[in-house]
Amino acid sequence: MTAERQVVLITGSRKGIGRHLAEHYLTKGYIVEGCSRGDVDIKDASYTHHNLDVCDERAVRAMIASINKRHGRLDIVMNNAAIATMNHVLLTPAATANRMFEVNVTGTMLVCRDAAKVMMRRKYGRIVNFTTIVAPIALAGEAIYAASKSAVVTLTRILAFELGQWGITCNSFGATPIMTDMIKGVPKDKVDAVVNNLAIKRLGTYEDCANVCDFFISPASDNITGQCIYLGGIS
Amino acid sequence: MSGFDRSTAKEVVLSSLRELLTQNGDDIPSPFDEAVVLVGKEAVIDSLGMVSLIVEIEQALETGHDISVTLANDRAMSERNSPFRSVGVLTDHICTLVDQEKQAA
Repeated sequence: MTAERQVVLITGSRKGIGRHLAEHYLTKGYIVEGCSRGDVDIKDASYTHHNLDVCDERAVRAMIASINKRHGRLDIVMNNAAIATMNHVLLTPAATANRMFEVNVTGTMLVCRDAAKVMMRRKYGRIVNFTTIVAPIALAGEAIYAASKSAVVTLTRILAFELGQWGITCNSFGATPIMTDMIKGVPKDKVDAVVNNLAIKRLGTYEDCANVCDFFISPASDNITGQCIYLGGIS
Repeated sequence: MSGFDRSTAKEVVLSSLRELLTQNGDDIPSPFDEAVVLVGKEAVIDSLGMVSLIVEIEQALETGHDISVTLANDRAMSERNSPFRSVGVLTDHICTLVDQEKQAA
C-alpha cells in the first residue's frame, strides 16, 4: 500500500486545520483532494479542490466518483469540515442547532459512507473524523456544538465495527484550542480557562493535529480503530 | 447513461454477484440467472453479503456506465416486497432508478 502514492481527501481544506493538513500531506508526497464551500488558493499539481457543502448528498457523491475516476482509489479521508456557533443553549434557535448537526454529523456520515464504498473495493482505508475536547470537558456555551461532535465520536466507533471487515479503520481526534477562525470570537479569558485545565497548558498547534493524523493513517495502524484521541490530557 | 438497458443491468448484477461469491469462496449457483434468490432462506448471500453486493453494483454502474444511483434509498427499504429479493427483481429496481435519473436530468 505504500509503494504507490496514496490519495487523501480532506474536508474543510480552505483554512485552519484542514488547510494545514492539505499542505502537510502535499509535502509528504500524497495526492490531496480537498473540499470546502469556497475557493482555495493552494497551487499544487497534486491538489484538487471541490467546491461543495458536505451536507449536499449529490455533491458529495459526485466528488467521490470524480476522485475514484481519476485515481481509481481513495485511501484516506479526514473529516475536518465543521461549523460552530458558541451560544448559551437558552439562546440557540432550532435552525442553528439543526444546521450544526447537518454539517457536523450528517456531512461527516455522507463523506464516510461514499468514501468507504470506494475503499472497500481495495480492502483498505483510513478514516479520521474530527471532534473536540469541548465535549468531554462539557464546556458551557458550546452545548450544541459539543453534542454534535459527541455524535461524531459515536458514529466513528460504530463505523469502525461496520467497516473493519474491509480493512477500513475509523478513528476520531479532538484537538485542544487552536487559534483558528472557529474560536477567534471566543473571549480570551474563556480560552485561557480551558487551557489552564489541560494537563499540558498550552494552545494546540496544527502540528499536533498532523501528528495524530499521521499515526491514525499509517499502514502500520491497521489494528487501531474505533479510538478517540484527545490532546492535552483530556479523556 | 445512453444505451443502458435491462440486459446490461442484469449483466452488472450477475457479474457483481459472481465476483462477490468468488471472493467469499462460495459456489456459483446453477443456473446462474434472474431466478437466483438474494434475500431469505434460499438466499445465496447473507445480509452482509447484500451490503457488499449493493455497493459493488453501485460502483460498477458508476465506473462502467457513468450512472450514479443509490440502490438502498428510503423508498426501497420501506417497500413491502424487497427490491433486492432476486437477481431479476433487483435488475428491475435498477432499471426503475436509472429511468428516474434520466427523467430528472
